Amino acid sequence: MTATAPSVAPARRSSRWRVVDIVVAAVLGVATGLLFVLWNGVGYVWFSAMDALTPGFGGIAVGIWLIGGVLGGLIIRKPGAALFVEVLASVVSMLLGSQWAIETVYSGIAQGLGAELVFLLFAYRRFGPLVAVLAGIGAAVAAWTLELFTSGNLAMSGEFLAIYLACVVASGAVLAGLLGWLLTRALAATGVLDRFASGRARRR
Amino acid sequence: MTGSRIRARDWGWQHAGRDAPAVAGLDLDVEPGERVLLLGPSGAGKSTLLSALAGVLGGEEEGDESGELRVDDAHPSSRRGIAGLVLQDPQANTIMERVGDDVAFGCENLAVPRAEIWPRVRHALDAVGLDVDLDRSTAALSGGQRQRLALAGAIAMRPGLILLDEPTANLDPAGVLEVRDAVARVARETGATLVVVEHRVETWLPVVDRVVVLAPGGGAVADGAPSAVLDAHRDELAAGGVWVPGLPVEVPRGARRAGGPLLALDGVRAGRGGVPVHEAVSLEVRAGEALVVTGPNGAGKSTLALTLAGLMPAVEGRVRATEALRAPGSGTSPLREADPLRWRPKQLATRIGTVFQQPEHQFVASRVRDEVAAGLRAQGLPRADIERRVDELLAALRLDALADANPFTLSGGEQRRLSVATVLAPAPRIMVLDEPTFGQDRRTWQELVRLIAALVDERGCAVVAVTHDADVERVLGDRRLRLGAP
Amino acid sequence: MRSRAPSRPTALDRVNPVTPFAAAVLYSVPMLLTIDLVTAAVALGAWLAVLGAAGIGPRTVLRRSWPLLLAAPLSAVSMLLYAEPGGRIHAELWLAIVSDRSVELAAAIGLRVLAIGVPILVGLAGLDPTRLADGLAQVARLPHRFVLAALAGVRLFGVLGEDWRQIALARRARGLGDTGAVRRALQAAFALLVVALRRGGTLATAMEARGFGGPQRTWARPSTLGRADLVLLVVTFAVVALAIGTSLATGSFRPLWEGVR
Repeated sequence: MTATAPSVAPARRSSRWRVVDIVVAAVLGVATGLLFVLWNGVGYVWFSAMDALTPGFGGIAVGIWLIGGVLGGLIIRKPGAALFVEVLASVVSMLLGSQWAIETVYSGIAQGLGAELVFLLFAYRRFGPLVAVLAGIGAAVAAWTLELFTSGNLAMSGEFLAIYLACVVASGAVLAGLLGWLLTRALAATGVLDRFASGRARRR
Repeated sequence: MTGSRIRARDWGWQHAGRDAPAVAGLDLDVEPGERVLLLGPSGAGKSTLLSALAGVLGGEEEGDESGELRVDDAHPSSRRGIAGLVLQDPQANTIMERVGDDVAFGCENLAVPRAEIWPRVRHALDAVGLDVDLDRSTAALSGGQRQRLALAGAIAMRPGLILLDEPTANLDPAGVLEVRDAVARVARETGATLVVVEHRVETWLPVVDRVVVLAPGGGAVADGAPSAVLDAHRDELAAGGVWVPGLPVEVPRGARRAGGPLLALDGVRAGRGGVPVHEAVSLEVRAGEALVVTGPNGAGKSTLALTLAGLMPAVEGRVRATEALRAPGSGTSPLREADPLRWRPKQLATRIGTVFQQPEHQFVASRVRDEVAAGLRAQGLPRADIERRVDELLAALRLDALADANPFTLSGGEQRRLSVATVLAPAPRIMVLDEPTFGQDRRTWQELVRLIAALVDERGCAVVAVTHDADVERVLGDRRLRLGAP
Repeated sequence: MRSRAPSRPTALDRVNPVTPFAAAVLYSVPMLLTIDLVTAAVALGAWLAVLGAAGIGPRTVLRRSWPLLLAAPLSAVSMLLYAEPGGRIHAELWLAIVSDRSVELAAAIGLRVLAIGVPILVGLAGLDPTRLADGLAQVARLPHRFVLAALAGVRLFGVLGEDWRQIALARRARGLGDTGAVRRALQAAFALLVVALRRGGTLATAMEARGFGGPQRTWARPSTLGRADLVLLVVTFAVVALAIGTSLATGSFRPLWEGVR
């Protein structure tokens, strides 16, 4: 863990959710859901084109669908934030007509739990780039596992599954983990996160 | 129902991560049923005090509290619904999709039994004079209606204390009176204690019976009957940005030398989605002259401004740029196309600049300096020229000390000045401003209006300003256009 | 997210918005664990009949579920090429192998996407967010603070459309947007997120000032279950039973885990 940037922990931390935690997490969730809807179009074209032509490389597009959990964990820093944001985003995506219907929500739960688990492993004390990347990977592995069932991937060949896992993990690390961390930092710089430890720690 | 009693003893609050306390050493007693106007320059901690009294300042995760603060002998954060709070931005006050649900929200949170909630909702809506269907969408309400809805939501909780944080700063004159009168009626009927923060003193003088002035980090520096406090502290209040009654703002105008026409509107009706909202307008926008556009909410003022600024198509009629506007000074080549809507963005920016109502909508960079430079870079100017121009503008608008700050972190007045600087950078011949003085205190107001006047009088620009502000109309109204009700 | 212009009321308007969710789970889990043509085909046919009987015609169905018509063949192609091969092999290119088994699986997965997606998208489209939140908190007993905050968040984005418009116009007014369309779009999206989060912070203050956040609360609008809800669940169960029963009877039933072999 030596590569982790020293994330300053505030003097007083509480795992209790304040109203502002809940509401801002909800706003993040809805915003991420709208991003998903957009990506359900743009990213899906890539996903399917690659998937049809190459074994498993479609997974490279998956990361964006995992970013909710990373953002929630990094910004709100409360137990359950990653899960709440990702699940809410998936519900919004489904209600706006996602092509995966209820499976969107199953994915949201699995991906949110995957990211949540990583933040839990670091006891909700570290929120640097490495933890962000690991959270993205956690969500990716969870997504891959769920798709064994929801996409019928159990019937796929071993080679496909291996390539797909590698692509989803790489995508989760970069498009969810790293991008989520950069976005959090950019948001902190605008002052909109001043009521959060994440906003105060990173303000210059 | 009786009003609450407020008691502060050497009270202070410092936000986490800040160097100085927002409020320090405040001693204050407010008796039940008193109606207090809270004044002070920006940064004096007025909003912080209101949030504390409403119990929404956040716990120790968000800052350090010192001294003692009591509402009816309890700390305000210890009991939910102790006070009703109405915030400045009408949109922020609306929580639910439908009117009735929005008013009921507070009652539900206080666990009022269902059978009691709906009578309370109807009573609260009556009290604020909001006669609309309970199923009406809150999105369809005007600013003044939304603020009265927020007030209804607050009093439905039956608080002993009503707190208003610049409730009328974002409203047009009709909305201001609607809300003010609703507050006066509610205060009279409920006997609740009232604390109002507002720069526009005159509006609230008929309602309040006491004025308290806060100083940054210094607690209450003046306190007493409105007339006594205002007389004794007139000049310092005005210097701090308060609109003191009987002290009109004056901005000297130079000799007018109206030049030739830059833009011609020929029977223009603006509107969205092909539906015109106002009668046909035919006029010329001339160099060296300011045109003020007024009219009630919904009359289509902003839409007309966007249309003549080359940002929206006219529903009827034609907007035409004259030869003079199409062939500006150095650097840019003349345009053949007369319709500004069909110009490319970088051609438009050197001819017509638009300052939007919300500065945040305009920002694209993470540093103030880059924000001003962005438009110039898009023009492809040499680097040295850009640097020089940016430095000039930052100095002229007193933003030089903030050159490296993130635009989103600036205060309201600073953001407004920055948004003007970004539009001025490519030196357009026409400036279109949508409500440039909305919600600004007296000091920022004067800076802005002085700047706009100088553009017209010294640089020979044409200015089109959409406004509700009678003072802006008085100072800048070289020519006036009033749009009727829809 | 806002409910569309009032169309003809259908049977779905009488159920609690939570029930379609429960039905979607009840239906999708067994369906996701099977991968055979007969189950999917019978289920899809049964649902189209049920929706028609409930007053939801084919035009509405098509309008709400068109993304599936793209998604289904694409899922099928992936399965066609990369499924674990079995039976006769028709074509082969590097890892892509089209075999008897992959053709069959591809047809089954494509149809399954439709069978699961169509009824769920139609059933969940245009739910009123307020009623849904009431149901989730009162009937499904999800934590009410989170449900209500999510509802407030949804409403907030309803009013952000105007912000987005202003942001887009402001780009043009400032002379930006001639080049780098993608970068400008990302900047605009970031600006919108900042505006949304700032509004969210203020909204939190407004909500807290109205007493939001306590452990106990009452509900002005009761959310209850009725006969229509029971009917929907029974119908859902019947469709599952019919689909799986038919495929078992015809000997074509294939659970997902048999696909592993």
